Amino acid sequence: MTGAGPAGRPYWNPYLAGVGLGLVLLATFGITGHGIGVSGAVTSVVAAGVDAVAPAYAAVNPYFRAYTAEGAEHPIKNWLVVEVVGILLGGLASALLAGRARLALDRGPRIGARQRIAYAIAGGAIMGFGTRLARGCTSGLALSGGALLSPGAWAFMLAIFAAGYAVAPLIRRQWT
Amino acid sequence: MIGALVLGAAFGFFLERAGLGNCVKLAGQFYLRDFAVLKVMFTAIVTAMVGLYVLTAVGAVEPTHLQIPQTFLVPQILGGLVFGVGFVVGGYCPGTGCVALASGRLDGVAVLAGMAVGVFAFGEVFDRMRDLYLATPLGAVTLPTVLGLPQIAVVALVTSLAGGAFLLAEWIERRPRGVVE
Repeated sequence: MTGAGPAGRPYWNPYLAGVGLGLVLLATFGITGHGIGVSGAVTSVVAAGVDAVAPAYAAVNPYFRAYTAEGAEHPIKNWLVVEVVGILLGGLASALLAGRARLALDRGPRIGARQRIAYAIAGGAIMGFGTRLARGCTSGLALSGGALLSPGAWAFMLAIFAAGYAVAPLIRRQWT
Repeated sequence: MIGALVLGAAFGFFLERAGLGNCVKLAGQFYLRDFAVLKVMFTAIVTAMVGLYVLTAVGAVEPTHLQIPQTFLVPQILGGLVFGVGFVVGGYCPGTGCVALASGRLDGVAVLAGMAVGVFAFGEVFDRMRDLYLATPLGAVTLPTVLGLPQIAVVALVTSLAGGAFLLAEWIERRPRGVVE
């Protein structure tokens, strides 16, 4: 039982939580044949937003068209959106039960709130771009593809750690 | 679709239980202070990988039922490098950002909003990125076929590497300054 959430109960042992996640992933593979993803669902939402605001543009954009065009509703895309709604509900349930659910801004000890928000938006944008180039994120590609022994998934995962360790010293002030 | 909701909820529940909805804990991975990311991720991979090996071996799951991701080596390495930068700068990956948002963390909201911007930007420049996006296609291959090894050997290798990484992580964490509280 390592690490307490601020004002909450201790987090679970990471190996125990990892086995739980692995069994959920295994059940997903057995039932659907694919893994658990997040960035694909975000892309579906973004493409639907583009389609709602500028349908003529969405119809000719080669990337979003694959998500919005008539007949493009691949079952897995809808499945992922519902699954992400599940992630939100499951995360909320766990946080409530552990006394960790509250409105707050989590940040390192030496960084201001505005700067933290700016970093979060910038980091999210960089990450979002990366997920599209790689065709997945830590859930759908690294975790799910890693368990399926996909070489691309393992290359992606190692690249994440390499870049993370390379950049971390440059922004030490944000986190330590 | 009920399955999607239930499996997603279980996934989000375990992510939050592990403490991966906490960006300071996640960032600890990259400052050698808290290896929860590595421990949770590799334990999950090994659990699902060994489970799939057993279930396919006993015939409970048909290997053809499993959708192996397409490998495009160069864009996936570059995408991983870009992703890694964004992860450390923003503090969450997409799944953990969802958990942070769900537990009320405003920085989780900001990361997901930023992510939508990044996804939109990719769609904008996709035409110019198409050659890179489609570079080095290897198909829906797996490590056993690429390395020419039996699946059991690769499963054993990944499990041993994960075990070695866990021992190293525990050893580093035992130094002063340990786990993020």
